[in-house]
Amino acid sequence: MTTIRASLATAVDPALRNGLAELLRSLADDEFVIGFADSEWTGIAPILEEDVAMSSIAQDELGHARAFYGLLGDLVGEDPDHLAYDRPPESFRHCRLVDHARGDWAFTMARRYLYDTADSVRLNALAESSYAPLAELVAKIRREERYHLLHVDAWLRRLATAEGEPRDRLVRSLETLGPDATTVFTPLPDEKALVKSGILPTPMAALRDRWMDGLAPVFAELDLPMPPRDADLARGREDHSDAFRWLYGEFTSVRRLDPEATW
Amino acid sequence: MSAMPAPALVDRRAVWAALAEVPDPEIPAVSVVDLGIVHRVDVGPDAIRVEILPTFVGCPAVEMMRSAIEERLVGFARRIEVDVTFAVPWTSDRITPEGRRRLADSGFGPPLPANDPAAPINLGRALACPYCGSRRTVMENAFGPTLCRSIYYCTDCRQPFEQFKTV
Repeated sequence: MTTIRASLATAVDPALRNGLAELLRSLADDEFVIGFADSEWTGIAPILEEDVAMSSIAQDELGHARAFYGLLGDLVGEDPDHLAYDRPPESFRHCRLVDHARGDWAFTMARRYLYDTADSVRLNALAESSYAPLAELVAKIRREERYHLLHVDAWLRRLATAEGEPRDRLVRSLETLGPDATTVFTPLPDEKALVKSGILPTPMAALRDRWMDGLAPVFAELDLPMPPRDADLARGREDHSDAFRWLYGEFTSVRRLDPEATW
Repeated sequence: MSAMPAPALVDRRAVWAALAEVPDPEIPAVSVVDLGIVHRVDVGPDAIRVEILPTFVGCPAVEMMRSAIEERLVGFARRIEVDVTFAVPWTSDRITPEGRRRLADSGFGPPLPANDPAAPINLGRALACPYCGSRRTVMENAFGPTLCRSIYYCTDCRQPFEQFKTV
């Protein structure tokens, strides 16, 4: 799987290697953590069709995570499974937005809406990345994410326009998640160099503004609370919650039973 | 000067014909060639290298397809290498006309052309029921039993069917 990409990975300027690794790690960890959290709906979603939908969406996200861990593995010379399952929880670099427990259905939909729309802005930028393996993978992922966006857009509208409890739960969820929403766009450690080299074609702060501009008319139309522009960026991709540590225990549990097993 | 025996030339067409016999693990009526997942085939004197494109990034059948292709090509060259690539995105437009026909024969709605690259999606389009041909069909779920399929229902023959996602 790695022959072509590995040769490209070795051609990366050593000065950019760490920055690129951090970018890939953040993408992989975001998709891995939200994919795992959403896979918890399998078997317990409110209706059967949503059981199928959330299981499929979660599988997509875990597949994207695996592919991003593959790119990271090519770059740093590590096995993708090792990157996903054998790291201590504090070395995960997913954003605070996906760090919450899955909550109820309205909470899951609120988070998916914020995450999917933000991720879409990020992917649109990365499709132009000068790092070809990343641009190629993102071109493929974007086509799949269209289905996720349509799904969650329908749910946001359904909950927002329902009277009473559904709308109340959605609004409460958006208020809880709001302060963490823009952590998707937490600036990366070596961001200046990544932008200059074209690996990250647009700075995270500009992507955040682009996302807020797209979100504003939808939230105004549905009378939903806009997330604040500024998040606590020092905690953006660090300082994980107990909810994450619990999830980490779940997703590493089988691996820990027998780390050397061949599947 | 004694002549070295020339390496046997592998017939590219024979390699492609062999690939056309490798079934998709989930829909065996359709081959990996008909699905359009074979990106390129490099035939060298002692190695054959095949690059395949996953239909979906998270497709769990990719590993099965890799090993099925490797097994089928044993004997064509000393070394068979099958790599997964995203060099170009697999889209449902890569399914051949023969592949579409075989999908429909197996009860799957073939994907519509992904004519709008910005919105490669089936929604809002009238899809034909693979059983009776009626276009009075409704989408039950954009997601289905595998990543690449949605679930539809035909209001004429009252048959649910799986529709390949346009992607």
